Amino acid sequence: MRTRHAGATVLAALTALTLAACGGGDVGGGADDDTASDGGGGGGGDSITIGIKFDQPGLGYQDGDTYTGFDVDVATYVADKLGYSADQIDWVESPSAQRETMLQTGQADMIFATYSITDERKETVAFAGPYFVAGQDLLVAEDNTDITGPEALEGKNLCSVTGSTSAQRIKDEYSEGVELVERPGYAECVTALVAGQVDAVTTDDIILAGLAAQPSNKGKVKVVGAPFSTERYGVGLSQDNDMCEDVNSAIEEMIEDGSWEEAVTTNTDGTGYTPNSSENPPTVDACA
Amino acid sequence: MSSQHSVLFDAPGPRARRRIVVGNIVGALFVAGVAAFVLVVLGQKGQLSWDLWGPIFTASAWENYYLPGLQNTLRAAGFAIVGAVVFGLVFGSGRLARSRTVRWISGVIVEFFRAVPVLLLMIFFWLLLGFNFKQVEEPSFVAVVLALVLYNGSVIAELVRSGVGNLPRGQAEAGLAIGLTGGQTLRSVQLPQALIAMLPSLVSQLVVVLKDTALGQLIVYNELLRAAQIFGNGNSNNLQTLTVAAIVFIVINWLLTRVASWLSRFLSGRTAGATATGPGIGDPTATGPGAVAGAGAR
Amino acid sequence: MGDYLSQISTLFSEYDVLGAFWVNIQLTFWAAILSLILGTFLALMRISPIPSLRWAGTTYVNLVRNTPLTVIMTFMVLAVWTQLQISLADNFEQNFFRLAVVGLTVYHAAFVCESIRSGVNTVPLGQAEAARAIGLSFVPAARLVILPQAFRGAVAPLGNTLIALLKNSTVAAAASVTNETSSLMRNMIEFNSSEIYSIFFIFAIGYVILVIPIGLLTTSLSNRLAVRR
Repeated sequence: MRTRHAGATVLAALTALTLAACGGGDVGGGADDDTASDGGGGGGGDSITIGIKFDQPGLGYQDGDTYTGFDVDVATYVADKLGYSADQIDWVESPSAQRETMLQTGQADMIFATYSITDERKETVAFAGPYFVAGQDLLVAEDNTDITGPEALEGKNLCSVTGSTSAQRIKDEYSEGVELVERPGYAECVTALVAGQVDAVTTDDIILAGLAAQPSNKGKVKVVGAPFSTERYGVGLSQDNDMCEDVNSAIEEMIEDGSWEEAVTTNTDGTGYTPNSSENPPTVDACA
Repeated sequence: MSSQHSVLFDAPGPRARRRIVVGNIVGALFVAGVAAFVLVVLGQKGQLSWDLWGPIFTASAWENYYLPGLQNTLRAAGFAIVGAVVFGLVFGSGRLARSRTVRWISGVIVEFFRAVPVLLLMIFFWLLLGFNFKQVEEPSFVAVVLALVLYNGSVIAELVRSGVGNLPRGQAEAGLAIGLTGGQTLRSVQLPQALIAMLPSLVSQLVVVLKDTALGQLIVYNELLRAAQIFGNGNSNNLQTLTVAAIVFIVINWLLTRVASWLSRFLSGRTAGATATGPGIGDPTATGPGAVAGAGAR
Repeated sequence: MGDYLSQISTLFSEYDVLGAFWVNIQLTFWAAILSLILGTFLALMRISPIPSLRWAGTTYVNLVRNTPLTVIMTFMVLAVWTQLQISLADNFEQNFFRLAVVGLTVYHAAFVCESIRSGVNTVPLGQAEAARAIGLSFVPAARLVILPQAFRGAVAPLGNTLIALLKNSTVAAAASVTNETSSLMRNMIEFNSSEIYSIFFIFAIGYVILVIPIGLLTTSLSNRLAVRR
C-alpha cells in the first residue's frame, strides 16, 4: 500500500505542475478576461466588449499592450459617442470564422473586424454602417510597373491567406495561369513579396495599405490602386440590438468632423494610398 | 554510450585517433559551411538585422506575447494530459474488463482515436463548436484540449493495458487469493503499480502533448506559436519570432525529457512492473517492457 | 435515409476526397523513403566510433524530437522558401508538396533513427563480439551483422513511425499544401455545416482504413522476421 500512496503523491505533483499556469494567457495583453457586458446601447454601462482582429497591422492589431489600426480607431470613436471612454472598452479577438457566433452569444457587443455586409450574414446578425468601402486590390513591389490589375497576373505568383476566396477569384475570373500560395497571415505574404518569392499579394485595399504603412515595409511595397470588387465594412451587431441608430449617427459624425479622414490617413501614412473616392466616405444604410 | 557500442569498434589506436581528428575537422567544417551559407544568405536578405531581432528582446515582447502564449500552451497541455490520464484509465481498464462487450467497445474507441490524425480531430471539434455549440466561449481552447485528450488518452489506455499485463502474475493471484473481486484487484493492486511504472512515460507523453498544442495555431488558438506569429506580423519578423518560439519549445521539452529519464531511474525498484526506459510513449522508440506498441511520433 | 445518402454522394462528387487522401499517401510515401535513409545514417552516426559524429547525431535527434512539427513545416516556408529562396519545383503546387516532404523527412528521421537504435539494442552483445572476433571493422560489422538484425528488431517501432508519419502528413497544411485531407475537410464542413458529422466520419474512417493494415502488416512482419534467440 505504501507504493500506492507514493504513486498518488507523484501523480498529484505532476497534475499540480502541469496546471500551475491554469488561467488563460492574454496574448497581446491589455484585454480584460471579463467579457460580461451590459449588451445594451445608450451608454452609462460599465464596459463594452468590442471584437476586432488582433493580427492585422493597420486594421486591428495588438501592439504590445495597446491596440492599433483603422478598425480600432473607428471603434474607439463610436464607443466614445455611445458613452464608453477608451478604458471602458474590453477588446476581444474575433477571428473571421467566429464573428457571427460571438455576436449571437453576446461574447461581443460590437464587431469591427473588416466585416463585409452581406445578405447571407444578415440572416444571423445585424449591421450598422458601413464605415468604409474597401475593394479587393493588389500589393506589389515598389518598383513594379507591369502588374496593373488582376488580369495582368498571368504566369505570376500570388499570395493570400489560408481559407480566403480572394485569390481563387483572380484565378477563376481574371488570370487562369496564376500561381497561388496561401499563408496563415498577410504579413507573411508581404515578407514573401519583399523577398521576391511572390509578385503580388491580394486582399482588400485598406488591409494592403495598412500593411504597406508598417515601418518595416515602408518604401518597399505599394498598393496598385485599382480595386475590382466592393466590400462594405459594417459594424457587426446582434439582431436584437438597440444601438444600430446610435452607431450610425456616430459614424456620420466621425465622417463630418474629419476624424474619419484622419483615421484613414494615419493608418496608411506614407503609402500614397487613397480610398476609392466614388464610394468613400460612405453613407450609412438605414437600420433594419 | 553503453558498453555495447564500444564492442562495435576497437579502442582507437594512434592512426585511428588521427583519422578521428581528421573526421572531426571535416565534419565540423561541413556543419560550419552549412551554417555559414544559411547565415550569409539570411544576412543578404537583411534577416539578421537588429531591426528584426531587437523587438524580441524587450520586456513588452515577453509580457504581451511569449509569456501569455506559453501560458496558453501550458494550460491546454495541462488540461489535456490530466484528461488523457482519466480517459486512459477508464478505457485501459475497459480493455481489461471481464465483460466481452466492454472490452470490445473500449477496443474500438481506443483504436479509432489512435488512427485519426489529431489535426483532423481539432478542426472537427472547432467547427462543431462553432456551428452547433455556440454557447461554448473558447471554442479553440476546448477543441485543442478535446482532440489531445482523445488521442493521448487512447495512447495511455494502451499503456495501462500493457502496464498491467507486464506485472508479475502473482500480483493478481495474490489479490484474488485474499478475496478481492477481479475489479477490486485491478483497482487496488494492479493499477497502482502499473501507474508508477507508467510515470516516466506519462511525463514523456507530456512532451507529445506540448508539441501538439502547436497545432492549435491552425484553429486560431493563441498558444505560443500563434502569439509569436501575431507578434511577428507587426514588425514583419515572423521568421525571427518563430525561431525564438521554437527555442522555447525545445528547452521545455528537453527538460521534460530529462525529468522523464530521471523519474524512470528513480522509480525502478519501487514497483513490480518495469518502468519504461527510453523516451517513452508517443515515441516509437519505446520498446522497453513497459512501453506500448502503436504510439505515434507525435 | 435515401435522401441523406444522396446528399453524401453529391458531396463526394463535388469534392475530390480520394484525391486528397492520395496527396497524403504520396506525402507519406516519399517522406517515408527519405526519412528511412536519413534516419539510418543518423543511427549509424550515433553508434559510430567518431565522437563528433555521435555528438552530431545526438544533437540532431534531441533538437528535432523536441520541436513541434508545425514549427518545422512553417520553417520550410518562412526560412527555406521565402528567405533562402530554395524552390524545389517551378510550379507552386509541386514546390510546396516537396517542401512538405522535406519537412516531414527532417522530423521523422529523428524517430526512424531512434527506432533503429532500439533495434540495435535488441542485438545481443555476442553478435557484435563475434563480428569483431572475425576481424570486421566498424562499417562492415554494422553493415553485415548488426544492421540486418537491427532492422528486423526495429520493424515494430518503424511501423509505428510510418503510421505517425501518415497521420502527421496532414500538418503539410502548415507548409501551404492546400489539397490534402485536413484542408479539404475544413473546406467541406465550412460550406456544408449541416453534414459536419458525416464529413468528419468519412475522413476519420479513411484514416482508420489506411492505418489498420499498416499496423497488422508490421505486427505480422515483426513476428515473422524476429530473430529467434
